[in-house]
Amino acid sequence: MEILIPVIIIAVIGLIAGLGLSFASKYMAVPVDETEAQIREALPGANCGACGFSGCDGYAAALAKGEAAPNLCSAGGEATAKAIGEILKVEVVAEPKIALVACNNSCDKTSRAFAYEGLQSCTAAALLQGGPLDCKYGCIGLLDCANACPFGAIVVNNGHPTVCKDLCVGCGVCVNTCPKGVIKLVPKNYKTAVLCNNKEKGAPVVKACKSSCIACTMCERTCEKGAIKIVDNIAQVNYELCDGCGKCKEVCKRKVII
Amino acid sequence: MNKIALILLAAILTNNMVLSKFLGICPFLGVSKKTNTALSMSIAVTLVMVISTAVTHPLYTYVLYPKYTYLETIVFILVIAAIVQLLEIVLKKFLPPIYKSLGIYLPLITTNCAVLGITMLNITDELNFVQSLFNALGAGLGFMLAMLLFSGVRERLETADIPEFLKGLPITLVSAAIVALSFLGFAGIGG
Repeated sequence: MEILIPVIIIAVIGLIAGLGLSFASKYMAVPVDETEAQIREALPGANCGACGFSGCDGYAAALAKGEAAPNLCSAGGEATAKAIGEILKVEVVAEPKIALVACNNSCDKTSRAFAYEGLQSCTAAALLQGGPLDCKYGCIGLLDCANACPFGAIVVNNGHPTVCKDLCVGCGVCVNTCPKGVIKLVPKNYKTAVLCNNKEKGAPVVKACKSSCIACTMCERTCEKGAIKIVDNIAQVNYELCDGCGKCKEVCKRKVII
Repeated sequence: MNKIALILLAAILTNNMVLSKFLGICPFLGVSKKTNTALSMSIAVTLVMVISTAVTHPLYTYVLYPKYTYLETIVFILVIAAIVQLLEIVLKKFLPPIYKSLGIYLPLITTNCAVLGITMLNITDELNFVQSLFNALGAGLGFMLAMLLFSGVRERLETADIPEFLKGLPITLVSAAIVALSFLGFAGIGG
C-alpha cells in the first residue's frame, strides 16, 4: 500500500502537465503552410543566401506566397528549380552558374608594395593602403573567400584561391565577401574568361603585374561576334554572344584571356 | 526586505550558478558566442527558473513534505520539462524570432542542471516561498551576467591571434576558468 501514494502523486502531476501541454499546443498552434514546408524540403538547406532571402526558410516562405521567382536557388541548381516548379506547378528555366576568380595573380607575377603581417584576412589587409600588392585591384590571397564558401569549393593553389568546378554551385557568397570584387559569377560552361580586375590603363598596370589586361582592345577588334568589349579598361565577355572560338586568346599579348 | 536583498545579491554574485557552482555549463559554452543569443537564452533560463520555483516550491511544501521528500528529484524534473515545453509553445506563437535564435538550446533547458539545481537548493536552504522566488530570480540574473560577460570575452577571442593547439574549445575552457576565478573575489559577500 505504501508504494501506491507516491505512484499516484507522480501520475497525477504527469497527467496535469500532459493535459496542460496538449491544450496549449492545440490553442496556440502556429499554422504551417503546407506548400512552404514542401518547398523547404526541396531546397538544399545551405542557407547561403544566394537567392537574396534570409536563408532557405525565408526563400521558401516567399515562394509559397508567390513573391519570388522559382529559379533563384543557385546552390540547388537545375534539380531544385525543377522540384520547386513541380510543387508550384510552373515552368522553370535555370542556368547553372559558377564563381570565377578573375585575377591571374601568383607571387611571381605581381610585386608587393610592403610586407603585411597583420590579421590574416583580406578585408583587414585591404583596409591598409588597399592591400600589400602593387596591384590594388587584384587578389590579396588571404582566402576570405575560401573561409566564407559554404560548400568548401574554393581551394588554395599556389597561394591563390581556385574554384573547384564540381563543388561550386554559384551561390555568390564569395562574390560578396571579396573586398576587391575579384570574384565574378559566370555561366558554368564558360569557354572564355578574362583573368584580370585592374581598372587602370597602360603603364601603371604593366608595372603592377606581369599578367594583366592593359585595355589594348586587340581582343575587341578580333572578335567576330562582338562578344568581348573593353569596359572600365578591362576586357569583358558577353556570354550570350561568345561561341568560344578562342581567337581573342590568341591575340592577347598579356595572356589574361583563357 | 533586507533578507531578500541579501538573497538576491548572494545568488547573483557570491553563489553564481555558472561561475561558482559550475551548473549549467552546457549553455554557458554553447550559446555564448554572440551577445544577442546569450541574452535571449539567459532571459529564457531566468523565466524557466522563476516559474519552476513558483510551481515546485508549493508542490514540495504541500504535497511531498514530509513523507515523500524522496520524490523531489523526479517530480521537479517532470515539472521543469513541462514548463519548458509550454514556454516553447508560447515563444513559437508570440515571439518567433527568439524561438528561432534559441533553436536547439530551448528544449535543452529541460536538462539544464542550473534550473533543477536552483529549485532543489531552495528546498535545502529552507527558504520560504517569496525568498525562493527571489533566489531563483537572482540565480537567473547571475546566469545572465555570466553569459554576457563571457560572450564579450568570446567575441574578443574571435579576432585574437590564438596558438593553433588552443584554437576553439580549449581556449574557451581556459578563459571560462579565468572568468570563474575572478568570481572567487566575491566569496564571503552576502552569504
